[in-house]
Amino acid sequence: MSIENKTIDRAAQEMLRRTQADGVEVVWDRLEAQEPQCGFGTLGLCCRNCLQGPCRINPFGKPDRGVCGADAHTIVARNLLRSLAGGAAAHVDHAYDVLEALKKIAEGSAADYELKGEEKLKAVAAKIGLDTANKDKNTLAQEVAARAYETFTSHSSEPMAWLKYWAPAERIETWTKLGVVPRNADREIREAMHQTTMGMDADPVNLLLAGIKQGIVDGFAGLKLATDMQDIIFGTPQPVTTQTNLGVLKKEYINVVVHGHVPLLSEKIVQWCRELEEDAKEAGAAGINVAGICCTGNEVLMRQGIPSATNFLGQELALATGAVDLMVVDVQCIMPSLTNIAQCYHGEIVTTMPITKIPGADHVPFSFEEADQQAEKIVRKAIASFKRRDMARVKIPDEKADIIAGFSTEAIVGALSKVDESDPLKPLVDAIKSGAILGAVGTVGCNNVKITQDLMHVEMVKKLVANDVLVVATGCSAHALGKAGLLHPNATNEFAGEGLKAVLTVVGEAAGLGGPLPPVLHMGSCVDNSRIGDLLMALADYLGVNVKDLPVAASAPEPQHEKALSIGTWAVAMGIFTHLGLPPQVLGSDVVAGTLTGDKLESLIGGKFYVETDAKAAVEGIIEHIKAKRQALGI
Amino acid sequence: MEQILINPDRCLSCHSCELACAVEHALSKELLAAVLGKESTKPRIFVETDGETNLPLQCRHCQEPMCVNACMTGALAKDSTTGKVLFHQDKCVGCWMCVMTCPFGAIEQDMSQKVISKCDRCPDREQPACADACPTGAIRYTKVADFAHDQRKHYLTNW
Repeated sequence: MSIENKTIDRAAQEMLRRTQADGVEVVWDRLEAQEPQCGFGTLGLCCRNCLQGPCRINPFGKPDRGVCGADAHTIVARNLLRSLAGGAAAHVDHAYDVLEALKKIAEGSAADYELKGEEKLKAVAAKIGLDTANKDKNTLAQEVAARAYETFTSHSSEPMAWLKYWAPAERIETWTKLGVVPRNADREIREAMHQTTMGMDADPVNLLLAGIKQGIVDGFAGLKLATDMQDIIFGTPQPVTTQTNLGVLKKEYINVVVHGHVPLLSEKIVQWCRELEEDAKEAGAAGINVAGICCTGNEVLMRQGIPSATNFLGQELALATGAVDLMVVDVQCIMPSLTNIAQCYHGEIVTTMPITKIPGADHVPFSFEEADQQAEKIVRKAIASFKRRDMARVKIPDEKADIIAGFSTEAIVGALSKVDESDPLKPLVDAIKSGAILGAVGTVGCNNVKITQDLMHVEMVKKLVANDVLVVATGCSAHALGKAGLLHPNATNEFAGEGLKAVLTVVGEAAGLGGPLPPVLHMGSCVDNSRIGDLLMALADYLGVNVKDLPVAASAPEPQHEKALSIGTWAVAMGIFTHLGLPPQVLGSDVVAGTLTGDKLESLIGGKFYVETDAKAAVEGIIEHIKAKRQALGI
Repeated sequence: MEQILINPDRCLSCHSCELACAVEHALSKELLAAVLGKESTKPRIFVETDGETNLPLQCRHCQEPMCVNACMTGALAKDSTTGKVLFHQDKCVGCWMCVMTCPFGAIEQDMSQKVISKCDRCPDREQPACADACPTGAIRYTKVADFAHDQRKHYLTNW
């Protein structure tokens, strides 16, 4: 495969030429070594859930049942449910970590942190029915944390706490009818494991309903809870300008890269990189430069304006610059190959979490209680690593792009309120009604090495904005769009349709940007997909309709992780038409694949999956959906 | 001339070769399209096991093919240029004499057309689909001399 077919990111191409010349194996090489990938796995037809197996179903005939008697539909649906439980578990565990941190900070046992998001704290407290008057922030935060913990400790059949507080009544009613309302996040994930073990559920439709439940668990006990807690601890993002791509690494500086997903660590690393600036200078560096990868990168980008180095598929290539002195990782999407690449070029890999250790990496256990001490230790390791760097082997691509990020729902409403202070959502809704904005699409999710890196994200979004569709983005999609220049106001003039351009210009100028807003609003990390949910719920509420009626769609153009599947399922459960740029491993069952993408699901829940691997066709499908929703609304 | 040669020690019985063979002989020649299109197709390679040895077996394209000798209509013929045992479906009357004479059991029935079905060594591919799909290198498409050379090297390592 040519380098141009591996990635459209020019910095990544440059680094790939380097790894190829040096004979260093990276993710694209490993895909090639795996090809052709197993057909049974591709179709979801392999079952390893008991020791009588492994069994696989012949998609073209016999055997058509596993040893226990499970057929293709049962096996595919069980495998999917386990994946969805995996994705939900990742986000819920993340949310639980930040909730635990909030509680400890509020109680004073995590003294290295203080609560910076008092406004968010009050807003959340009010929404969940707490009396906020005459309470100091730590007392109020303890009360919020106690309520949030009910999401995991409820032993009744009531809807789980964080869902009960935030989900629209119409959704709870719909989900109740379908029997998919989660009671307790941990219980539902446990139940999914039980439901899929040997001799349990064989009904593919019942298994898919349980999958929908996992999506709802992810959306409220994962995404929503994590974002709320993080905003209370670190503050709600406001627009920031910064840069992205490997060109943000600086040769004369000590380069520290934060990679992973949870801001508890990365925020502290950023702080200590600033505090140890003088030590860095003593070591001969011009200073310390921090850059982010994946979603912890997005977290510090959104709140601190820290530049982002690259997205998922570029993580090895960042090390191939030879300029990364230390990469500190927490959880999720971290390739175990990083230590090999660091050994070939330069840099130390530091793992920090008890559930994410990598052979060959240095492990510094991270805890809320001793966060400062550990963050300082890690940054001092980076300074020591810089001293060992071979400057002759440093090769940093020039490629980087200016971006504006930090568009939390609060920031978007804030910008809109500059146009209409008394009725901030009105300008946006008017623009949608008039057709100046045709609709909105959230592009989210990963890179997938089977798809040319960033190509699907960028191609789709250019076509969407040209058709006056407003795009909001999170996760590695936002990184991809940033690298391609789409998170900058210039892109509005270059790529947006006339209607969208006019609206973005009015709002941007009113908000004091001196020009349009970017055509793509960067709303944060993967867990910040909850911000998109918040915005949609607010818009639906304003219009007096349901989220499922809005002219909107979601898209994961290059999905890779189980988390992408569970987020997508949450979106479908919210009633949103959800595009995937690559089919999940379910095509071995026409019942499962047909149900997930079928009209029946849409009629029951409002949303469905839409799989299309071609960017142009995908955009056409999405726009057709948006137009149908507009017509149904009579606009 | 390359042959399909097997190293049974490496076969994990994953049946990927069977799946790849079936896909190659489907109309679309593509996994997802064949499954979604509900195409009817069968493998011409078979992984057999006696509990200890796993062996992927397909038509060996013998130098002196017994099936060709047994075929009364000339549907099976040895191609002297390529060395393949070719099957001409239009001449097959479904007498199954070849099935009885093949010592490997590499010939099966295709009852949808009442003819036999056997390995054609993937005429549209550089390397047969089974060898391409084998994740462990148990099925190789290589010259006999090269395979034998590797076997000698392997024997030396174990000596």
